[in-house]
Amino acid sequence: MPTTYTNPRFPFRRPPELDGKGGSARVVIVGAGLVGLTLALDLARHGIPSIVLDDDDTVSFGSRAICFAKRSLEIYDRLGLGQRLLDKGITWKVGKVFFGSSLAYEFDLLPEQGHRMPAFVNLQQYYLEEWLVDACTETGVVDLRWLSRVVSIEPRAECVRLGVETPEGTYVLEAEWVAACDGARSTVRKSLGLSFVGNVFRDRFLIADVVLKTEVPFPNERWFWFDPPFHPGQSVLLHKQPDGVWRIDFQLGWEADPDEEKRPERVVPRIRTMLGKDVAFDLEWVSVYTFRCRRLERFRHGRIFFVGDSAHQVSPFGARGGNGGIQDADNLAWKLAAVLKQIAPEGLLDSYDAERIPAADLNILHSTRATDFITPKTAAARAYRDAVLLLAREHAFARRMVNSGRLSLPHTYANSPLSTPDEEAWVGGPAPGAPCIDAPLTDGFLLNRLGNEPVLLHFGGTAPPALPGVRVVTVPADGVVATRYAASVGTAYLIRPDQHVAARFQAPTMDRLIVALERLWARGNVEAEREAA
Amino acid sequence: MLDTAPKLADPDAVFVTLVRAHHDLSPEESRRLDAALVLLLANHVGDAVVLEQAIELARRAVRAPTGATEDQGTPP
Repeated sequence: MPTTYTNPRFPFRRPPELDGKGGSARVVIVGAGLVGLTLALDLARHGIPSIVLDDDDTVSFGSRAICFAKRSLEIYDRLGLGQRLLDKGITWKVGKVFFGSSLAYEFDLLPEQGHRMPAFVNLQQYYLEEWLVDACTETGVVDLRWLSRVVSIEPRAECVRLGVETPEGTYVLEAEWVAACDGARSTVRKSLGLSFVGNVFRDRFLIADVVLKTEVPFPNERWFWFDPPFHPGQSVLLHKQPDGVWRIDFQLGWEADPDEEKRPERVVPRIRTMLGKDVAFDLEWVSVYTFRCRRLERFRHGRIFFVGDSAHQVSPFGARGGNGGIQDADNLAWKLAAVLKQIAPEGLLDSYDAERIPAADLNILHSTRATDFITPKTAAARAYRDAVLLLAREHAFARRMVNSGRLSLPHTYANSPLSTPDEEAWVGGPAPGAPCIDAPLTDGFLLNRLGNEPVLLHFGGTAPPALPGVRVVTVPADGVVATRYAASVGTAYLIRPDQHVAARFQAPTMDRLIVALERLWARGNVEAEREAA
Repeated sequence: MLDTAPKLADPDAVFVTLVRAHHDLSPEESRRLDAALVLLLANHVGDAVVLEQAIELARRAVRAPTGATEDQGTPP
């Protein structure tokens, strides 16, 4: 059915293991999807080679992740793919929510200027995966193995033994570290017998992608309807994608028959009722989904990490699935690289759980609330929901309760073991654990100056003290950048390799910076040692 | 004077709290719970004029005709 995109086919290449060579790897990534490829590329940018195993021979098929949030775009910009996303994708920041046929609520996700990346870019997942495959290949250190299915997994003290099945035979790989990026139906998770529990929402949604053959004047915005005249009693979500493709989500209700609803004879009239008789279109993709929210109890199991949907699953309202998985990869890559390069002890890897489990919980909380708002479970819930929508036309307080999905925001790692709590009083600026805020500089944007190694972001002219393994970036102590960081002359932020804030000081001293840097790398309890000395 | 400015730090959480209060109630109990809630909050407000203003705005919201705004949400 898809007419705008043809999936590439990647050839199987006979690995050395089938001829009695190789057999070990420092990092094995299971699953060459969006998250697995992102992790492989991030590791490669840190100089860490990996083997990526995938049971298929192509990128994702059909309508999957489409909304890439600002933080994801900033991560891809760091990895070298940001401009490609901007060039091909549909940039948007305004969302409108309608009740019946009137506007209930409108939001602007990025009202201020001076950021390299917009609030959101819509792009079909397969494009991004294809670019990731190209970028991974170009690094020369990512060994992408298609048509290679993991059939067994055996955790040992010193390694993980993986059984791999290929068209030309099976072999064993011993991996120092394994990242399970094999999605919601993760075979790694199943073979370890880990429970994956949570809520199933008793509702069904039809995902229809259409290619419009008639020119339509429509803004680059996210539109959501509660109870529209063209689909009474249910909700509808509309997103614009590249190639003239429009993604429409129709709420169907729990009683709907998924097989029946997928038939073009059912789908086409639904879309025609929505778009009107004068708009000609082709069906690009149709599927029917039920949503669930759940997560693993822990994401790190010894030498095995669960990353993305294999670790947690959310409903799509809020675009928190793909974006959450990308942030997982961003969080794990620099830590794994630092341990493999012996910059940091293995204990650093425990912070993956400490940081990404609260992030997953927040994503689950928001997507559960949104799904409960969209699909009220009781008559009372429906009455409250409808009352909110009615009041929202006139009252700002009610508008803030309208929930068609709270859209993905970068997670702040509050209380992270890697953060140094503020000792001085701060008004504004990113707190320890928060992602850095972009700002315009005379020669580009701040985030592009930060890279993927620890940085001391220093405001003003005086040369700061040199720290081992930390690059200094000096910016002006006035203007937009200083305002966004609540900075004056001498202020310094210690930035992690994933561009989150580790510590910040209005009056930095060598002692305090060293303690903060040791904490960033999880190198023991430095303060206690100092006190003891 | 009724104050309709947004005051809640976490509106989504308040919405969930209200809905959850009804989860194991019959339809009749549900209506009584809402009535009891309104009476408790009316007493807390302690101002009959404010209550009358709130009633007027609430009635206006539920009886308002649909399709009254400029942006009608017509799809492409």
